[in-house]
Amino acid sequence: MPAIEVSGLKKRYGEIQAVDGTSFKVEEGEVFSLLGPNGAGKTTTIEILEGLRDKDAGTANVLGLDPWKSGYELHRKIGVIPQGFKFLDYPTPREAVSYYADLFGKKVDPDELLKRVILEDASNVWFQNLSGGQKQKLGMALSLVNDPQVVFLDEPTTGLDPQARRAVWEVIRKLKGEGRTVMLTTHYLEEAEELADRVAIMNHGRIVAMGTTDQIESKFGSGQRMVVKGSEDLLKYLRENTKLQVEGERGEVVIFLRDKADAMAALGAIEESGADWGDLTVKRDSLEDVFLKLVGEAGTVEKGAG
Amino acid sequence: MMSFSLNRMLSDLKIYGRSSLRSREGFFFTLVFPIILILLFGAIFSGGGVSQATVYVQNHDAGPVGSVFISVLNSTSNNCSDSSGAGLCMRPVPADLNFSQYLSSRSASDGIVIPANFTLAYESGEKVNVTVFGNPSSTTSAVVSGIVAEVVNEFNVRGATGVHQVGIAPRTAVASNYKYIDFLVPGLIGFAALTSPMFAMVNMSSTYRRDKVFKLLSLTPLTKTEWLLSKIIWYIGTTVASFILMTAVGVYAFGAHITLNWGIGVFLLLGPFFFVSLGMLVGTVSNSPEAASVVGNLVTFPMMFLSGTFFPVSSMPKYLQTVAHVLPLYYMIDGLNNVMIYGNFGAAYFDMALLLVISVVVFALAVKFFRWRED
Ligand SMILES: Nc1ncnc2c1ncn2[C@@H]1O[C@H](COP(=O)(O)OP(=O)(O)OP(=O)(O)O)[C@@H](O)[C@H]1O
Ligand SMILES: [Mg+2]
Repeated sequence: MPAIEVSGLKKRYGEIQAVDGTSFKVEEGEVFSLLGPNGAGKTTTIEILEGLRDKDAGTANVLGLDPWKSGYELHRKIGVIPQGFKFLDYPTPREAVSYYADLFGKKVDPDELLKRVILEDASNVWFQNLSGGQKQKLGMALSLVNDPQVVFLDEPTTGLDPQARRAVWEVIRKLKGEGRTVMLTTHYLEEAEELADRVAIMNHGRIVAMGTTDQIESKFGSGQRMVVKGSEDLLKYLRENTKLQVEGERGEVVIFLRDKADAMAALGAIEESGADWGDLTVKRDSLEDVFLKLVGEAGTVEKGAG
Repeated sequence: MMSFSLNRMLSDLKIYGRSSLRSREGFFFTLVFPIILILLFGAIFSGGGVSQATVYVQNHDAGPVGSVFISVLNSTSNNCSDSSGAGLCMRPVPADLNFSQYLSSRSASDGIVIPANFTLAYESGEKVNVTVFGNPSSTTSAVVSGIVAEVVNEFNVRGATGVHQVGIAPRTAVASNYKYIDFLVPGLIGFAALTSPMFAMVNMSSTYRRDKVFKLLSLTPLTKTEWLLSKIIWYIGTTVASFILMTAVGVYAFGAHITLNWGIGVFLLLGPFFFVSLGMLVGTVSNSPEAASVVGNLVTFPMMFLSGTFFPVSSMPKYLQTVAHVLPLYYMIDGLNNVMIYGNFGAAYFDMALLLVISVVVFALAVKFFRWRED
């Protein structure tokens, strides 16, 4: 049984169709990342799965439970960091963890848990005086108090410095190592690339691409291409003497590679041309290129396949 | 499935109580501010203890008894020239002057008038009244009425017939032995029971929603009822604390007369129960923290001044007294007055019953409308 199963999910706020028929599955132990621009519907989707919002249509299932109807039961099995996590102003992280442990009726050593999220240095600082990253780490710690099977992290690293971000990544990797299922939303593509087994790109409430980053890149990207510095002559030579698809761009020649044979042919042809060339690289659309292509108008124009 | 857990409620109480004590504003408004108020109002209206006060006496009586009455009165008070001593100074007023005008021209409120038929009535055993002018919120008025009452008593005992012929006709308001501070102590306990829960709950219910703290809590086994009860218990605690502080200051600094009994405890429970629930309801039905604070103030401020907090309701104009009777805080303060000052439990039971009913209703509404999560 998948840990999370969503199909045809819809949610509307007045005029805005925030979630417009999304379907996906997350297997147990998988790290699944929702990517998407502001307002894509990521938080709405994740809050429906956490049982914080009701859906308009479709089905949602987390650990075999309907999150809205069986929220109280589900909440003992999941951990959550809401977007922009905030807590009471005055408790310290240690007190907050003990409080959560009491609420869940779990025996937890606050210091050990705070160490796990690398917050032991600030365990006695009032919440209002913690830095943004420390607050986020406390959110992480609280989401783990009940030893959850599924963890929902809504933009856990937004606003963090690179070091703190890496610390949070480390924690997420540990969660995966422990066999927990993680659903993560983020604006940072490298975060998804770094952590997620599978990624779904969401735009206007719909999932526009889903799979491993490799799958998405090869399906929606423009494939591998060889780029060499070279003159018009080189471009002309390649066009006349090979079947390769080539293009010229600001003193560069771009050769699209469909397979390994194309690469060999290209190298041979460049050498044979006798033209001047240098700086040979092989590129391929990154997840970011694909993301911009799929969700942003700007992306389609500038980074188009042409 | 969803059941009540004492442990969860207590751990919520623990973290909330700690937070409140750490919050400077919370600490100030809950415990320090009411003390400042009692010191301030106590000092203003009791004039820093009993000093010499002038009482004007007008004798319309042609016979001897009026003069005797006045000389007895004089014997209870100080020599007017002895300005160092505390006490009353009786000053005669010529019988042909309008007494009320005379008092107001001197900005005085305390006076005694002996009627023309005093001797006649006394000797024939008929009922007759001595009129006592006074201001109910002033300490000296209370002292004057007290003294007149004693003298009247003495006269009635001396009267051979054994019938109580001489009575007191109070003017303006109650002529009793109660002092302003006696009213101020219950009034300010009510003030404390109103303000700190109301402001805290209105603020909390709206900011917790904005900051998604309620959503966060909804993801734990804590229930709304446990959460709300822990707030009620906390504010019962702060109200009891302010009762202790206020009573101590009232009694030791201003000599307030207060009777301690179980009835006080009932009001110290019901007041915070009601106002925590009301604050929660107000914060819940408002859609932003700003709106909540406006509505909260609209509800709180009239109650703060018109329920007998700073002045006895009986000293207010009739139409304001009518307003006071629809304010819930009135019933808490009225009840506290009944049990702490008058020992009038019959009236207090009514206040208790009324408070209990509206508290249960408002609590139920607050729990009903207050949502951890959204649709
Ligand atoms: N409670 C609400 N009432 C009305 N509109 C809402 C509400 N919550 C979200 N929306 C709208 O629904 C859309 C999706 O919002 P959502 O928060 O799910 O986006 P998101 O993908 O999480 O965005 P972000 O990356 O900025 O967090 C947005 O247009 C938003 O304005
Ligand atoms: Mg979001």
